Parts: sequence; structure tokens; C-alpha cells
Amino acid sequence: MKIRFWGVRGSIPSPGPKTVRYGGNTTCIEVRSDAGELIIIDAGTGIAALSQNLLAEMPVNAHVFITHTHWDHIHGLPFFLPFFVPGNKVKLYGAFDLITGQGVQQVMEVQMQYSYFPIREAELRAAIDYHTLEIGESVEFGDVLVKSTLMNHPVTDFGYRVESNGKSMFFSGDHEPWYNIYDPEDEGYAEFQEMIDLKQSVLDDFVREVDLLVIDCSYTTAEYPSKRGWGHGTFAGAMALARRVGAKKLVCTHHEPTRSDDELERVFAEALEQQPGADGGPEIVLSREGLEIEI
Amino acid sequence: MVGTQSTDIERKIGFAIERMPAFPRSVQRVLELTRDINCRPKDLVGVIEKDPVMTMRILKVINSAYYALPTRIASVSQSVVYLGINTIKSLSLSVAAAGMLPNSNLAGFDTRRYLIHSLATAGVARQLCMSVGHEDNDAGDSYVVGLLHDFGKVVFSQSFAADFRKALALSAEEGIPLHEAERRLIGIDHAQVGAMLVAKWTFPAAIVECIRDHHTSGVASSVLRDSLLVADQICRGLTKEDIPVDWEGRSPDGTTRFGDNMASIIDKLGNLKKIIDEARDFAQVEHSK
Repeated sequence: MKIRFWGVRGSIPSPGPKTVRYGGNTTCIEVRSDAGELIIIDAGTGIAALSQNLLAEMPVNAHVFITHTHWDHIHGLPFFLPFFVPGNKVKLYGAFDLITGQGVQQVMEVQMQYSYFPIREAELRAAIDYHTLEIGESVEFGDVLVKSTLMNHPVTDFGYRVESNGKSMFFSGDHEPWYNIYDPEDEGYAEFQEMIDLKQSVLDDFVREVDLLVIDCSYTTAEYPSKRGWGHGTFAGAMALARRVGAKKLVCTHHEPTRSDDELERVFAEALEQQPGADGGPEIVLSREGLEIEI
Repeated sequence: MVGTQSTDIERKIGFAIERMPAFPRSVQRVLELTRDINCRPKDLVGVIEKDPVMTMRILKVINSAYYALPTRIASVSQSVVYLGINTIKSLSLSVAAAGMLPNSNLAGFDTRRYLIHSLATAGVARQLCMSVGHEDNDAGDSYVVGLLHDFGKVVFSQSFAADFRKALALSAEEGIPLHEAERRLIGIDHAQVGAMLVAKWTFPAAIVECIRDHHTSGVASSVLRDSLLVADQICRGLTKEDIPVDWEGRSPDGTTRFGDNMASIIDKLGNLKKIIDEARDFAQVEHSK
């Protein structure tokens, strides 16, 4: 399985001289199975560059998995060129939105409206199929199995585990580890803690011994307290998870948009220093645009 | 409750609940709290779990087929774990947008007294459940069952106002239990209606059965059921302004789980005044400034 990162930035594209090395595009990850199946996780602005690359291999048959519907994970979608070319097949997967009562097709309908984009979904030439996933639903195609699990973010958010030919990778989407909304002296504290411990253990089992773990590491431990409830995790939390579940490699992603390349390297080095792992633990790296990993 | 009549009632009730406004204090508090971007999740949960309408709506969504969780969810705080506080906030705001449940209605049903009774029953049922301990007994379930056991009455007051008014009058005139009067005049009682709703929304089975059977005698005993029946009886008098409570005599449906008679149960529970005062305080209508 080959994994390539096309967008690694969180929240908003952040191009400029200070982000050249790691890149300013928002989340998009390409996964290729050994048999050549194309899986794309999230459609941030990184998908535009990926789709340029796909022009050379038309017709494409793409399986696009959306972790959640916040802009930075979908706003590259109208620029996904394979949509415009007859003969291509694109299948879009994602969660049901409880508040709007809409399935995954809303990420297209909402963005491709007259006021926001000149082309309507109906005018696209590829064969487009929508698959609204239930919680925990798995899908299988070719030599690939994709499993979903519910994460913690201010909108329904799925983490995806892609398995193929004995190898596996997991992407968290945006995720803040569950935290107790009560204070230790509150009556509801113990019960709530029990529920989130259970939820965490379910996630741990879901990602156990994965070959590649790709996790939202927006914040440092010092930054986190003022960002609690925003739906993002920390370097330290991701490192602890990777070590706990026996992941082979951890890629820290969803970089904070105001963080320069130098600053990103500094906080990453600091996090590694503060969380020294035992020998034989997972290799831990920062995601960057163009990073390719073979597992 | 057979055939097309029950289907009609179910359809009518299911439709009514979508637009049912919540209680004034919770609507005010939700609007206040959600104006602050740093609103504390536990404050919001604290308001929602005191309102039967908001609680119903959130448990309905989280247990819906669209969400398809492997386990059934019976508490608002548990819903926060699965839905996240932002979704809970959005859902509570959509309920708040439907306005406030008026204190007076065409049925002549006192929604404020209903709320005091439901909240106090919930609090006492939770305390009773906790008093027997054991990890299989979920105090949260006892609370929810206490809060929602009479929900059918609010539904009647909103959707079957004329018939419910007659049922209230018949119950008072003939001195018969309200659920009997409801069955005679509406064809279904509030316990069945409450159960019908929570069953339709796939709440945990134990909760459905407990609400359905809370006026049926001879049903198999459980901590959930007994805590509701005893709490219901303790809080019955609270629907009046003063507290002429019959806290004497045997406990309902022959349960001795919490003690031999009501007086000893009350004695063991200790200070119920706090639960009752909190319920009264929450049900108090605040006029907007």
C-alpha cells in the first residue's frame, strides 16, 4: 500500500514563504492498494493538485472518503478534475448529518450552488455515486477494506482504517480525545469518565497494531487548555496513542495554519523530547505535502 | 389500542413531538448559555437533562436509525460522548426555536406542576436506585424513567386537548385514576403513549417497558421499575402547592426493596427537600426582562 500526502494543513489553506517546506494545502491523502485501487481521504485543497496528477491516468475509478464536512476537508472537491470527464467513476463516502438530515451528497450540493460555484453537480460528466455510511460501517472493493469509526469533533466525524494485502493505515480526520465535561468534584464526573474511557478503549482496539497511524496533532500540550472543545488533538496525545496500540509509524498532521515551518519543527522536536518513547516504538514523523510512505 | 386507531394516534403523536416546545426555563437558559462561545458543556447538559421535551428530542436523535449506534443511549451526558457537545447544542437550540410550552393550555393541564413532579420523581428515583447499589443498576436510567414516565400527559395536552380536558374532569369527578379516564375517553393512556414514543425511537427496552407498565400492577419487579413506582408515589403530593403528601402506608405494588413501608423509605432517603426545592425552582417561570 502506498500513501501520499497532498494536503496537511488544518482549518484554512496557508500558502506563503513560511510554509513552503510542509505545504499550505488543507487535508487530502491518497492511498493506493497493491492492486491499484485509488482511495482518497478528504478533499481539502490538496485534492486539486492530486487531480492534476490523475489526468495522466484517465479513466479513473476513485473512492473518496470524507471524514467530516468542515470546509477544510471538502473545499477542494469542486476542483476535482475527474468529475468533469466522462468515463471516470467517483464514489463519495461520508457520514449522515444529524442536524441537516442530509447524507454525504450535501457536500456537493452545498458547495456547487449558483452563488458559490459556476457549475452545478448535475453538469458533471463522471459517474458519481454517493454512499452515506452508518457508524461503524465497512466497505469492500477490489483488494481493499475500509472500516469507519466515530471520532470526537464538533460535527459527525469518521476515522477510516484502510486495510489491504495484510497492511493497514488509519486516518483520524479531525479528532480531540474525549475529555470529561465535569470537574472531579461534580456528581456526574465518575460516570462520564467511565463512558469516555470505554470510548477510548474502543478506538484503541480499532487502531491496534496498525502499520501507519495518521493523527490530528494541531496543538502542543501547552496550547491545548485554551483550545479545549475545539475538536483537535495534541502531539503528545497522538504519540501516546501510537505507542499504546503498537502502531508501526505515526504521522502527525493537520498542522496549525499560523505555524511556520521552523515553528512546526520546533514544537515537534519539543514534543518528542517531552515524550521520549521506549526502544522499538513507532517511528514518528511530521506530515508534509509530497510525503510518500510505502507500507 | 388496536388496529388503525393506534396507527392514527401514533402518527399524530409522532408529528406533534417534532414541533413541541420545551419548558420556559430551559428555553431561556439554552438561549443564554449558547450565546457564549465559551459555554461550559456541563452547564448545557445540566439544563437539557431537566427538561423532558429536550431530553426526549436528544435521545430520539441519538437512538435513531440514521445514527445506528451499536448500543442504545439513555442519558444526555452519554449523548455528549457520542454526538459531541456542538451537536447537542445545535439540537437544543432547534428545540428552543419552537418557543416555550405555555403554562396554560386548552386541556387545562398544569405543565408547571407536571414538570415539578417529573423532575422530583427523577431525582428521587435516582437516589433510590443508588441506595441499593450494585453495578447492574443504572441510576441514570432511573433518572430518565422518572423524568419521562408521564410524558404522555404533555402529548395529550398538546395534541388531544379537548379529550384530555374531559379525562382530567372525569378523573376528578369520579375519583378514578387519570390513566383510566384517559383510556375511556381517548382510547389509550399516557403510559402507553409515552412508551409508544420511546419504543418508536428505539430507547433501551427496559425504559420502554418501565414507562409502559408504570400503572400496571403485577409486572415483574426490577430496581428500575420499583424506584420509579416508589418515587412516583413519594412525589405525587408535590403537584399541589403545599405538600399534603401521603407518605404513610405500604409501598406501591408490594415492593419492599427499599423498605417495608413508605415512612421508613422516606426516612432512609434523608433530606428530600433539596430535590423538591430544585425542581420547584427550575419549574418557576421567569418573565423576560
